[in-house]
Amino acid sequence: MFPIPIFRDWEFIPISNGGSAFMEQLIQQLVNGISLGSIYALIALGYTMVYGIVKLINFAHGDVFMVGAFIGFYSITVFHLGFFPALLISMAACAIFGVLIERIAYKPLRNATRIAALITAIGVSLFIEYGTIYIRGAQPEAYPNGIVPLKSIEILGVKISGQSLLILAVSIFLMILLQFIVHKTKIGKAMRAVSHDQDAAKLMGINVNNTISATFAIGSALAGAAGVVFGMYYTKIEPLMGIIPGLKAFVAAVLGGIGILPGAMAGGLLLGVIEALVSAAGFSLWRDGVAFVVLILILIFRPAGLFGKNVREKV
Amino acid sequence: MRKKKVAGIFASLMLAAGVMAGCNSSTSGGGDKDGDKGGDILIGANLELSGGVASYGQSIKEGIDLALEEINKEGIDGKKLKLVPFDNKSDAPEAINGATKLISQDKVVAIIGAATSGNTKAQIEIAQSNKVPILTPTGTADDVTFKDGKLNDYVFRTCFIDPFQGTVAANFAAKELKAKTAAIFIDSASDYSKGLAASFKELFTKEGGKIVKEEAYVAKDTDFNAQLTNIKGKNPDFIFIPGYYEEVGLIVKQARELGIAAPMMGADGWDSPKLIELAGKDALNNTFITNHYSSGDNDPKVQEFVKAFKAKYKDKSPDAFNALGYDSAYFIADAIKRAGSTDTEKIQKALAETDGLELVTGKMKLDDKHNPIKSAVILEYKNGEQSFKTKVNP
Repeated sequence: MFPIPIFRDWEFIPISNGGSAFMEQLIQQLVNGISLGSIYALIALGYTMVYGIVKLINFAHGDVFMVGAFIGFYSITVFHLGFFPALLISMAACAIFGVLIERIAYKPLRNATRIAALITAIGVSLFIEYGTIYIRGAQPEAYPNGIVPLKSIEILGVKISGQSLLILAVSIFLMILLQFIVHKTKIGKAMRAVSHDQDAAKLMGINVNNTISATFAIGSALAGAAGVVFGMYYTKIEPLMGIIPGLKAFVAAVLGGIGILPGAMAGGLLLGVIEALVSAAGFSLWRDGVAFVVLILILIFRPAGLFGKNVREKV
Repeated sequence: MRKKKVAGIFASLMLAAGVMAGCNSSTSGGGDKDGDKGGDILIGANLELSGGVASYGQSIKEGIDLALEEINKEGIDGKKLKLVPFDNKSDAPEAINGATKLISQDKVVAIIGAATSGNTKAQIEIAQSNKVPILTPTGTADDVTFKDGKLNDYVFRTCFIDPFQGTVAANFAAKELKAKTAAIFIDSASDYSKGLAASFKELFTKEGGKIVKEEAYVAKDTDFNAQLTNIKGKNPDFIFIPGYYEEVGLIVKQARELGIAAPMMGADGWDSPKLIELAGKDALNNTFITNHYSSGDNDPKVQEFVKAFKAKYKDKSPDAFNALGYDSAYFIADAIKRAGSTDTEKIQKALAETDGLELVTGKMKLDDKHNPIKSAVILEYKNGEQSFKTKVNP
């Protein structure tokens, strides 16, 4: 009824074949890890940008990602839009949503203690999660299949689905765009200035409030994009879906060095690959645990992150 | 000004929380809580009406509602059965709250629910100590009614148990599909999944098959590519995935995307329309499930139920959860009738003595561990539709 496999167990087959089967699996796992990692990276960028500019860990960021996934879902199913329009709408809506969160919840606390702002962020996160459940219920939704009719391709016996290539392409494009915005535009210059020294930036005539809002807008738009991409790739979305990816992205941001953009990208990809390899080694149940062990190790041995310089904090 | 805004946020949070709390109590059928049991006999339903496995709870409730409508046409000794629903949000602590509320505030004579074994087990203590029978329509784990050599005498179920489903699947894989090697992919957080996997493994190896890979995931995971890649590397003839639809849908989809063509099989946990949405029609081809019932079964009792159900629910074809919910209501109604009383201890006794009750999901007889002995069906997914394959008697 179905083809009887010739090699059931790669350990028992000749070395040359065994080797290539092993390589095949390894490459496949790397591809899995990079797809997952690029989603982490997109979310981690938002964490890192916000931290870089207001020194706040925005725990509501994972929930913006969730809201983005739902906006994309409704654009596709209710308004019958394609993938790219849905992605843009979701990014735009999340940008506005991010600015609203900043203006309503964080701005009044800008001069409060950092712990107060942090607790508020947790509060906002819970509010968004359970607000969503209250509005639409806790039941999951499924992204429709075949929005982007991409065929999977096979390279060296490794099957790469069209969607994981799409994730990768979208992520890389958005990261390049972000680099461009931060380094080549006026608002990017303002962002760098504010992150360097808020008061001095104000003296130089930079509108600090608008710059911070812009940072939240860009970070949230990236989270929205990650939400739609996640929905496309993993199909299932639900109101509490932002928690774990949000925490993992936080780990990724710390891993790369929080506040440093290339660090967030590298951290995200690295974490995705680490998780895939842990699963590949047969410890799939330890996957989440390992991510947090990575966090602890990095905090002990290299608190500034892989890309960070050790800067003494100003007193 | 600042303080005001913060206060405003807090106030709105509180308000939202208040509205949510209000929502809960209003769904549990306010008015006729107190004493006045003269008119109606109250039955609690502690079900997963929202949350991860919401579709189970909602389907069961549809079945119960239909059954009660029919039963109440005649009533029991001039009294009507009235359902007091409680939404446990697919969460064990909530299920405990629900059982406590239904028993101590609403004073129900019995509770139907929960849908999953885990949420049912959470209520056992409360049912036992208050001597109120609970009846799970679909909790299939074997230790729900009987654990460590001790019978939970106030706990009943309408469905058959896990070992039976695992055995049926192993038999089907080895004999019908002629599979020599199999991989098992379980939800390590679920007793249900582990129970099925254990009985599958036992029989499949006894039939001469070999389990080449065992992988696990945790409920709520979304990325299964890594484990599936490991399974693919072993090239099994058959993959047994005894999980719930929310994850299974994604597993089947990701497996097919990785190029795994082997037949996959699960059990009643797959049975939800969401599965087809999540996995996609094409990915589900060449997959099978064991189940309690099929609307494609030609038994007249089944066809009568399908007709009544379609008439009530806009031509929707009833699934196994609908059928088991329906049967659960009849199971309890029959016991209350035979007990001739609303005394919970007498109802418990009557439930335990059930023998030969004709239900939609088969003829019901309880063994001494409160497990029903009845038939199972095997269904195959073809282009996103379940089709009846065969019926297996115990």
